[in-house]
Formats: sequence, C-alpha cells, structure tokens
Amino acid sequence: MSVKTNALTKSLFAFHAACSPCNNCDIEILDALTPRYDLERFGVQLVASPRHADVLLVTGAVNKKVVHHIKKLYEQTAKPCFVVAIGGCACSEIIFRDSYNTCGPLDKILPVDIYIPGCPPRPEAIIAGLVKLIAKLNAKDAVPPAQQSGQKL
Amino acid sequence: MKNELNNNSKPDATSRCIIPIGPYHPLQEEPEFFRLHVDGEKVVGIDIDLGYNHRGIEKLSEAKHFDQGLFLVERICGICSTSHPLAYANALEDIGGIEIPERARYIRSIIGELERLHSHMLWLGLAGHFIGYNTVWMWAWKYREHILDIFEKISGNRQHYGMIKVGGVRRDIETADIPWIEQNLDEVQRSVDMFRGAVMDDPVIRARTKGIGVLTPEDIRNYGGVGPLARASGVNIDIRRDAPYAAYNLVQWDVITYEGGDIFAKAVVRILEMTESIKIIRQCLQRLKTTPGPIDAAITELPAGEGIGRHEAPRGEVFHYVRTDRTNRPVRHKIRAPSFVNVATNEKSVIGYHIADALIILAAVDPCYCCTERTSVVDCDSGRQLFSGRDMIRLSQERTAQLRKQV
Amino acid sequence: MNSFERIKNELGEKARSWDEKNPRNLFVDVAAGDIPSACERLFNAVRLRFIIVSGTDTPRGFELLYHFSDDGHGTVITLRTLLSDRQNPQIASITPIITGASWIEREIHELLGVKFTGHPSLKHLLLAEDWPEGKYPLRNDHEK
Repeated sequence: MSVKTNALTKSLFAFHAACSPCNNCDIEILDALTPRYDLERFGVQLVASPRHADVLLVTGAVNKKVVHHIKKLYEQTAKPCFVVAIGGCACSEIIFRDSYNTCGPLDKILPVDIYIPGCPPRPEAIIAGLVKLIAKLNAKDAVPPAQQSGQKL
Repeated sequence: MKNELNNNSKPDATSRCIIPIGPYHPLQEEPEFFRLHVDGEKVVGIDIDLGYNHRGIEKLSEAKHFDQGLFLVERICGICSTSHPLAYANALEDIGGIEIPERARYIRSIIGELERLHSHMLWLGLAGHFIGYNTVWMWAWKYREHILDIFEKISGNRQHYGMIKVGGVRRDIETADIPWIEQNLDEVQRSVDMFRGAVMDDPVIRARTKGIGVLTPEDIRNYGGVGPLARASGVNIDIRRDAPYAAYNLVQWDVITYEGGDIFAKAVVRILEMTESIKIIRQCLQRLKTTPGPIDAAITELPAGEGIGRHEAPRGEVFHYVRTDRTNRPVRHKIRAPSFVNVATNEKSVIGYHIADALIILAAVDPCYCCTERTSVVDCDSGRQLFSGRDMIRLSQERTAQLRKQV
Repeated sequence: MNSFERIKNELGEKARSWDEKNPRNLFVDVAAGDIPSACERLFNAVRLRFIIVSGTDTPRGFELLYHFSDDGHGTVITLRTLLSDRQNPQIASITPIITGASWIEREIHELLGVKFTGHPSLKHLLLAEDWPEGKYPLRNDHEK
C-alpha cells in the first residue's frame, strides 16, 4: 500500500456538495457528524473547500443549471478524489427521472465510486458506505476505480 | 464558479464589491446564490439567482396518479416533508367533498406539529452556529433526534414519513406507544424551555439580533409573506386557525405573534411556536386514546373539478391548486411553497445593514431552499476582495464576540 | 353581507360570472383587460393577501388564476381569466401593484410563454440561461 493511501485512510477530508436535493440527505450527513453517530471517529471530516477534499459527498438530482457547477467543482478537487453518491436521487434520480430539467443520475456526470441509496439514507447507512470506501482504499491503490477504468466525465 | 481569493483580505472601504455567500457551504445545505452589493461594509443591493433546485415537479405530478403524487410532493422539501402532502390531500379532498375520519384528523395534526418542531429546532441550531453559539447548534440537533425517533416509531422513517393519503392517513398510532411518545416529548419540552431562557434572556443575542433585518407589516403585505416571518412583524395570520383542517379546530392552542420584525422577533416566534406544537400534539394523543374508528375513508376515485388545499407549514402557508378530470391524474397541479414569497423579502430585509449581519438576516427567513430554489448572493463586479461563505460565518461570529465585550 | 358578497360588490361589472364552489372557495371570471384593476381592488380596497398566480395550458387558451386569501374569513378568492391568442399570449403585469407578483410572473413567462407587459424585468427565474428559446415546459405540446 502506498504512503498516500495510508495517509488517506487515516483521515478522509470530505467536501459536501448538494446538487438539486430536497435536503434530507444533506441533513442526515450533518446528523452523522453529531455525537450520536459520530462520523469523525472514522476519521472523516468536512472541509470548506473542494481543493482540500479527498472525497466528494454529493446529494440530490442533477438539474440543468447545477450540472455545470458540479462538474467545475469536481475539477477543482485535488486528485485522487473519490465521489460518493448519497441518496436515491444521486444514485438513480428515482422519481425525478422523467423531469424536463434533470440530467441523469450522478454517474452520468461524474465518476462515482460509492453509492449509498436511501431516501434519505440513515446516518448509519452513510457511515457504512464511507467505511466501505475506506476498506476499498485499503485494499487497492489510491486511484479511484472509476478513474482507473478511464471513464470519461 | 469563481475562485476564492485570499480569505484574509479586507474590503476596500471606497469600492463597491460583491460578496458571495455559498456556494456549497457545508452548513448551508444547498448552493445558494445571493449577490450582495456592498458599499464599504454596508449592504446596498441584492440579486437573487434561483433555479439550482428546480426539478419540474408540477409537470411530473401530471404523470403520476394521486397516490403516487403524494410521495412525489413529499420530496419537494425534506424538512417540511409532510407539509406538501397535507396541502395536496386537502386540495384533493376539497375536490371530492371528502371528510376524513376523526382519528386521521388527530394523526395528521400530530405529524404536522412534529414536523414544525423538528424544523424549528433545526433552524435554531443553524442560526446558533451562524452567530457563534456552537453549543446551541449541537444541543438543538441533539434534542431534535428525539423528534426523529418519534417519527420513526410512528411512521417507520426518520424523514419522509409517507403518512398522508387521500381520505386519511396510512398508519395508526397505537395507544400502547403513546406513553413512550410523551416521554420523548417531555425531553423536547425541556430543551425548548432551555432555549427560550437562553435566547430571550441573553443580552448578547439581543444585541446581535434586535433591530436587525427588519421587515414592516407593509413589507410583508407587499411580498405576500407568510409564516413565522410574517408573525414576527405582528401580522396575525395562520392557516391552522384561519381556515382550519385536520384537528386544529378540535384542540386548544394559540397563534404566536411578536412585534418588531427583526431577527430577534423571528427567533422568539419559532421558539414559542414549539411550545404550542407540543401542546397540540399532547392533546391529540389524549384524544386518540378515546377516539375509535378507521384512519382512512377508503377513497377510490375523485370527480372532475378543481380544488385548493393549504397547510401552515413550519415556514408558512403551503398552497396547492389542483384540477381533475375524472381520471386518476391531475390535469394541473400548481404548488406554491412559503419560501417562494418569503425569500423575496430579502430584497428588503438585508438592505442597509452591515455585511456581518447579512448571513443571519438571510438565514432568518428560514428558507426552504428546495421549496423555492436556492438563492445565492454572489456578484463580483470588480472581482476584488471576495468573501467566501465560510468568511461570512466568521464575520458573523466575530460580530457576536465584539458585542459580547461591549455588553 | 357575507364575505363573498363584499368581493362581488367591489368587483362590480368586472366580475362576469362567479362560482362559489363551497363556503371556502370563490372563483370569479374576469376579462384579461380587467385583471390589473380587479387585483388592485382586492389587494388595496378589500386588503386581501396575494397568494400566487397559477397558469395552465388548456384547449381554449392559456388560463391564468390569480389567488388571494381572505385570512379574516378563511376563504380563497380566485380571479380567472383566459388568454385565447395562443400565438402571442400576453396580459398586463400586476407587479406594479403587488411587488410579490414579480417572481411568479417571471416563472409563468418562462414555463408557459405568457408575456406580462410592463413587468420590470421578465428574465428567467428558474431555467438556465441557455434554455432553448420557445420551449415552454408547462405547455401541453412540450416534448422532454
């Protein structure tokens, strides 16, 4: 395991980006940080700038106005940066699938490494998903699988 | 998206510059784009840029039958999740001339008031953080968990409870569960009492919020403002009392108003409303113990027609207009969330105040961004001296620290 | 007189017909040209609260509903008007009378293609700047 991966899995700096959500996934992410669930004990911290992020936590459907912003935001992150699609909307659009204003599930826009479905996923589910990400990183090199396959944005 | 400049730079006192709030700040749930124009440190203008959350729900609703539509509109907004189904069901029942069973009336009010509780608690936490009272944030969100536990007990889910159907509710509340619910309510009541004392008696909070972000009753009227925002300016409107539905005219409670229209008033109204919500819930739970009967009028079809349904959501009046044609899908489903009218009042409330106050003024609307669209205050005409969202919070918290020294 | 009677008196001849659907809902038909003055009466003389405007594409044209709340009586008063010119649907803006109408007129303009003459700035409210011209999502003939 490379030195970089080792450093990454000790503490994961996460940037929380909301696209076009209803907000529940965002609230549950913040709830996961409160003492009852305590996401920080797994070394996950929220950061204020995408430049410092190892992980992008993305919620919400992606609408036609926000799509440009989420792409630019991803470009700003230092690589490797892993993308987690949180909630049904990001994973698959669910009921917003036929909207005139959405662009498809998140993985049509960004390379996604972990999917955490739910409407919204409970804080325990969010933690479980991030723990899986950490386990994935421990098992492989630090290049996100989605980027390994050369998947285009 | 613009790059953030050096976070340590101060604004040039002679220039007009723009300050971005957001986007994607972790503690502001969604990308918001308010463009604040400042002259030195005074806010002189605001542009509001919406559309980052628009998902075309009114159109989607036309392709869903009424029962599916209730799950769709629940997801307009996560925080006021049951408010849209309540208003939509009211509109459909208006079309059908449907009376729902008495048990369903109590359960609807219980869910509606639990939602008001969790929403106000959430806002209290965020507002506390914005002005630098991080303990308030942690405590408010901790006590909020009790409310989410009650939701999970009743509906099976912490958020998006799926409780409303045309003609009634989907799940009953077991009498055996009521003592447990009341115990959790006791915890919430204790926290509300604590916040009331902490907020209303704290001289620093008073200094920080009194006279800030004022909206007059005339401002409220011109924008069609509703909810705690309106009631904090002394405008005495509340759909639960004015056009009662569910159990609101079966139990005893008071509409909370306050004078002044400033941030302090908006906080006080929300805190005192929480006590009223607990009062309503307790009475409804008592009535459920002695009210037998179904929870569902078993409606299978609706006539052609048009109807209006409203609900007093945590942020104010939710309004649904529906037109039907004897099929099981709406011909037209118009949805107006309270934030659509309330967020526009920022055009008034933030002008003339210090930039350090801008954040708390914008937050005091308690915008349900997803209900309306996010607003972002970002405008960089000169590209000089930008403050990030994080800087706005820092400014706001520093302001509180300054006031604490003076008080 | 009951609250509906008062409304009908205020509107006078502008009210071409009315429909008391139930004790809580009154719908009044008004010619498009009379909408601004009718709204002005309801807002300023009767002091009703402006709720919102609903726009619908119907076979007969674009129907606009102006909803007002009579909070004192717990009722909703809706002014209904029809714009039958499908090629060029337009009506005078009520934003000069009611500031809060500004956003919904922008929304109806971009989603339904109705023009509100005299509106201070009918730019997009919700849709992206590069949304194709002439494509109105709430029209019945809109393809996804």
